[in-house]
Amino acid sequence: MAGGRGKSGNKRGNLPPLELHVPEPKYRPGDTVDYSDLAIPPAGAQPRPDETCAPAETHPLCLDLIRVLDDDHRAVGPWDPRLDPETLRRMLRVMALTRAFDERMFRMQRQGKTSFYMKCTGEEATSVAAAFALADDDMVFPSYRQQGILIARGYPLVEMANQIYSNRADRLKGRQMPVMYSSRDFACFTISGNLATQYPQAVGWAMASAIRGDSRIAAGWIGEGSSAEGDFHAAMTFAAVFNAPVVLNVINNQWAISSFSGFAGSERTTFAARAIGYGVAGLRVDGNDALAVYAAVQWAADRARANAGPTLIEHFTYRAEAHSTSDDPSAYRSAQEREEWPLGDPVTRLGRHLIGLGEWSLEQQETMDREVAEEVRAATRQAEKNGILGQGLHHPFHTMFEDVYEELPWHLEEQAEQAIRERRLKWPGWEE
Amino acid sequence: MVEEGPVSLSEAPTRRLGMIEAINEALDIMLERDPNVVIFGEDVGYFGGVFRATAGLQQKYGKNRVFDTPINECGIIGVAVGMGAYGLRPVPEIQFADYIYPGLDQLISEAARLRYRSAGEFTAPMTVRAPFGGGIFGGQTHSQSPEALFTHVAGLKTVIPSTPHDAKGLLIAAIEDNDPVIFFEPKRIYNGPFDGYYERPATPWARHPGSEVPEGYYSIPLGKARIVREGAALTVLAYGTMIHVAEAVLADKGVDAEIIDLRTLVPLDIAAVEKSVQKTGKCLVIHEATRTSGFGAELAALVQERCFYHLEAPIERVTGFDTPYPHSLEWAYFPGPIRIGEAVDRLLAAG
Repeated sequence: MAGGRGKSGNKRGNLPPLELHVPEPKYRPGDTVDYSDLAIPPAGAQPRPDETCAPAETHPLCLDLIRVLDDDHRAVGPWDPRLDPETLRRMLRVMALTRAFDERMFRMQRQGKTSFYMKCTGEEATSVAAAFALADDDMVFPSYRQQGILIARGYPLVEMANQIYSNRADRLKGRQMPVMYSSRDFACFTISGNLATQYPQAVGWAMASAIRGDSRIAAGWIGEGSSAEGDFHAAMTFAAVFNAPVVLNVINNQWAISSFSGFAGSERTTFAARAIGYGVAGLRVDGNDALAVYAAVQWAADRARANAGPTLIEHFTYRAEAHSTSDDPSAYRSAQEREEWPLGDPVTRLGRHLIGLGEWSLEQQETMDREVAEEVRAATRQAEKNGILGQGLHHPFHTMFEDVYEELPWHLEEQAEQAIRERRLKWPGWEE
Repeated sequence: MVEEGPVSLSEAPTRRLGMIEAINEALDIMLERDPNVVIFGEDVGYFGGVFRATAGLQQKYGKNRVFDTPINECGIIGVAVGMGAYGLRPVPEIQFADYIYPGLDQLISEAARLRYRSAGEFTAPMTVRAPFGGGIFGGQTHSQSPEALFTHVAGLKTVIPSTPHDAKGLLIAAIEDNDPVIFFEPKRIYNGPFDGYYERPATPWARHPGSEVPEGYYSIPLGKARIVREGAALTVLAYGTMIHVAEAVLADKGVDAEIIDLRTLVPLDIAAVEKSVQKTGKCLVIHEATRTSGFGAELAALVQERCFYHLEAPIERVTGFDTPYPHSLEWAYFPGPIRIGEAVDRLLAAG
């Protein structure tokens, strides 16, 4: 009851009734978008402390935004990683390949060849440039939107497509939803659909590497939305306490399905600023600037490898497309957001930077786009020969019961017999 | 199988040990044998654990192998998953089974599923130790028996010892197992084989044959039950503390019961269960955990499915009540001699 009394019987003065604040994004479908109040500092203006500095020295950067590419696509300032043009071209190509793969697999899902797909359009730099900055044997613990890491590491596209089709050649035996890749050979942990669980796991892997006196580090990725999970706190606490050699990335793409970043706390402070409370290094970086992402992750990786501790990196970016093929963002956000996004597109920006260097041209860009589209087409066609979802070319039936345990216990053997009997009753001529 | 007394051992000389000492010895041996074994949890390092199970291990093996953690069970299990992916063999301790719930997502969705979802590329070869069960005036947050939750999860194994001898051999087997194992230690019998007569003086392990623990390494295979006592009148299926309570009550009543210590709930030694119930025709399931959807329900269903035509009486379940574990009325909750005695009487009267 408003204006009530405390236990003492004293009135609480003229206090207004308490109000619950439920965050609301600035723009909904049909709204005109104006990002002019978004604080975007000039490129090159952010200081770059030494990799082994005290965490507090990085904390101003948690409220800043590390940017390398300026409005004219020149690389400026102390965070410029000074990559050679060949590396830049390779990075550009992997980002373009990632985008082409996304576009193709999205269409394949729409054609009914699989159940589900998730694009990373607009966020390619946050995985590709990060992968370039890490060593290939550093262990990555991605979320479901870092396909760019595997592509950057040269994981075969046909294997990715096999997994997406859950076909007979799927190395994961058709057990996982599409895009939940796993590859020990490419130092990529099995991706979970339970959000943020990979964060403490990345810290644990890094602790193990430190226990063993190894030189490899771990890196984890989550979205800003799932940074609200308890796992985030668990990971940050363990990383801080044990000074774990780990790079913890938060991809702030503004949207967690239909919930804007305010539901994870962005109205109060930045995601990078959470590092301050844990006393670990934190960086906030323009996630659509491949050079800034590379520089930040390289800084954090060098820091981890020098036993100087973990780093939390917020990659400020925008989810340009739907959460997944099961989502329709036109129902909850303004279509203008993508068009007006003030930090541009990561692929376009890196291409223009190379053109500005005289190391790239629009003709080369067109040729590359054709080539990556053809590469993707060839890979997916090859994968389709191994089957698509629901057309029978799946893994042998009995594999459904395997790998629950190292050895098949009696109760699963009995259940496997039941499943196979059902199969034979439904299709009497069935043979594996 | 079971009648061989599925114990690997052991020509080794034995000593009388309590359960804590036996667990400590198993951990010591595995730290020594396998450089991948690491032990961590709340208070397990310098102090050696609130129940002393890890006493002396940090001093012996160093802080890289045995260390304290933040009070964060999600983090404890989560980092264990990551360490397992690296190639270590983590043995985290959860201080009380009652505290394990913040770690459930990491256990259920992650540790239990890694092998399956990665088609064997990644596994979680961890053993999660946790004291469980009541009878120590621990109230509702230090007395629970949540084993049924874990038996419901595909990919987890659940192991519960009832003697120092078994605790050592089963813990070594659990640590060596490449699947995630929940190892629940019945804390009421850490220091002696509690028989359920709480008003009587406690007995130490030294007078119980289960305290004869061989020196050195041995393991007891998971998934193998132990026949505690052969008998013809009825079959008791139990584990942990309730083994000792059942033994005492049936001895007091002079009933020739066959008592089976399941030791591993998943994978269950179904052959031992079937063989015994088919012999006796009567089955009594006992656990301390709450009744509804307890592991006893699974046991009763299995016995009914597989031994129905041998049964001469309805299967009896003796369990804790479907309440939180009360503090002052702990012994009213505990499935003690009276509750067990009534069930035994009903079974004997039937058929």
